[in-house]
Amino acid sequence: MIKALSITKGIHDWLYSSMSENMAYLVEMILIALVYLAIFAIAGLFLVLIERRVAAWFQLRIGPNRVGFQGLLQTMADALKLLSKELTGTEKADKFLYNLAPYFVIITSLMALAVIPFTQDFHAFDINIGILFLIAISSIGVIGILLGGWSSNNKFALIGAMRSGVQTISYELSVGLSLLTMILITGTLQLSEIVEVQKNGWLIVQGHIPAIIAFMIFMIAGTAETNRAPFDMAEAESELGAGFHTEYSGMKFAYFFLAEFINMFIIAAIATTVFFGAWLSPFGITESIPILGVFWFLAKAMILVFLMMWFRWTFPRLRVDQLLTLEWKYLLPLNLMNIVLMALIVWQNLTIQL
Amino acid sequence: MERIVFYILALIMIVFAVASVTSRKMLRSVIYLLFVLCGIAGIYFLIDYNFLAAIQLTVYAGGIIVLIIFSVLLVHHIEMELEIAKTSKQILTTVSCLLGLGIFLITIYSHEFNVIENSLTTTTSEVGTKLLSYSDGGFILPFEVISVLLLAAMVGAIIIAKGNKLTDKKDNPA
Repeated sequence: MIKALSITKGIHDWLYSSMSENMAYLVEMILIALVYLAIFAIAGLFLVLIERRVAAWFQLRIGPNRVGFQGLLQTMADALKLLSKELTGTEKADKFLYNLAPYFVIITSLMALAVIPFTQDFHAFDINIGILFLIAISSIGVIGILLGGWSSNNKFALIGAMRSGVQTISYELSVGLSLLTMILITGTLQLSEIVEVQKNGWLIVQGHIPAIIAFMIFMIAGTAETNRAPFDMAEAESELGAGFHTEYSGMKFAYFFLAEFINMFIIAAIATTVFFGAWLSPFGITESIPILGVFWFLAKAMILVFLMMWFRWTFPRLRVDQLLTLEWKYLLPLNLMNIVLMALIVWQNLTIQL
Repeated sequence: MERIVFYILALIMIVFAVASVTSRKMLRSVIYLLFVLCGIAGIYFLIDYNFLAAIQLTVYAGGIIVLIIFSVLLVHHIEMELEIAKTSKQILTTVSCLLGLGIFLITIYSHEFNVIENSLTTTTSEVGTKLLSYSDGGFILPFEVISVLLLAAMVGAIIIAKGNKLTDKKDNPA
């Protein structure tokens, strides 16, 4: 189940030769978990920096550029500041749930990160129901937000949590259905096999019209799932303070913040895997150098992340009723029709195979 | 290794199941219940029923628990605590629980359960084919019956949500 990178082959062999099998298995799992935690932290901080620079660019400012080269260490410094801050809380809050809530959010996004195929070998958990697992995990993250909002004992937080819950539950449907549309072509839920199918052309090319519609729906619904602008009523600053995390401070706030950015990356990564061929290079130009897979994967994911940031800084925020109308009256019927269209195309063999 | 993981999961499930019924704060019991359901999903992962595990996570953990949390958020204030039941009720519940547990244990220990060395993972396409097959061992009938049930539930939900609006229209044709 656990595939190690070819570089880590040595470590793997050494572990199994120096201790008992169970022990080595355990140590290996812990090592992989640590690697993913490190990726989580670094990617989160890096994404926050990118977001700030992109926002500054859109607003004709310069953005953070003082700490380190081009401000590269700015978010690192911010994280240190947040670590040293006092953890405040409300007197009448439900302390247990209040402290538990950030971990729900962070653990679910970590688990989602584990199934994403960065390259052929760099893939921690290649489960045979990969996409279903991703959908299942993403439906649990919202519990953290609901709990955080309720246990803060603050009406802004509660309203923010309710809005977030409504939004996530509705848009989950669109995320699931748009991915299902693509499953019709691949015929498998396993992420490594989905990548394998795309060696005959990325799915967005293979599935042409319905695939492009599915991609657009996925990006809209994905942006809504991560509670980002223009769907950020859960933390609408002008109405709700900071929404569900109003009462959180220091590192607990940072957990929510980091998880939001990692979720954005996960949405981009799923889109990359399902629509744009994950670590496959365009037209197979670097097929002989498998190590470049990481580069292609990250490049594609970063373009999609940039797209989501572009959404954020150009569209105005939606109202709750507009948001629900968009999902239930437009995206959902469109999605269902799209699935039928895709089924017809797959049935008649009208897919484009390069 | 699998044995250790099983015992850890079982311990988690039992502890949180007990915590879920003894906690006097409503939302906390819901969260304990969530842990129990996640534990069950863990057991499914352990025996390689990945599909069932993911469904367990989506439907129970992601769907039903979120709905319960929603209803708690709407009706329950943070300072409220559930009341303790009367002693007579407590005794009655204990006796019926023990009775149920006894029946379970008797059934489990009086029957032989064959251990199948199952290393095959059920794939989603197998599940799908079985669901739509009408030959022996196919599940097309229950599948269709459930879809009718779902339709009935949806119609019912619309009737309840629309409430008076539906009947008012008939009474006042203006």
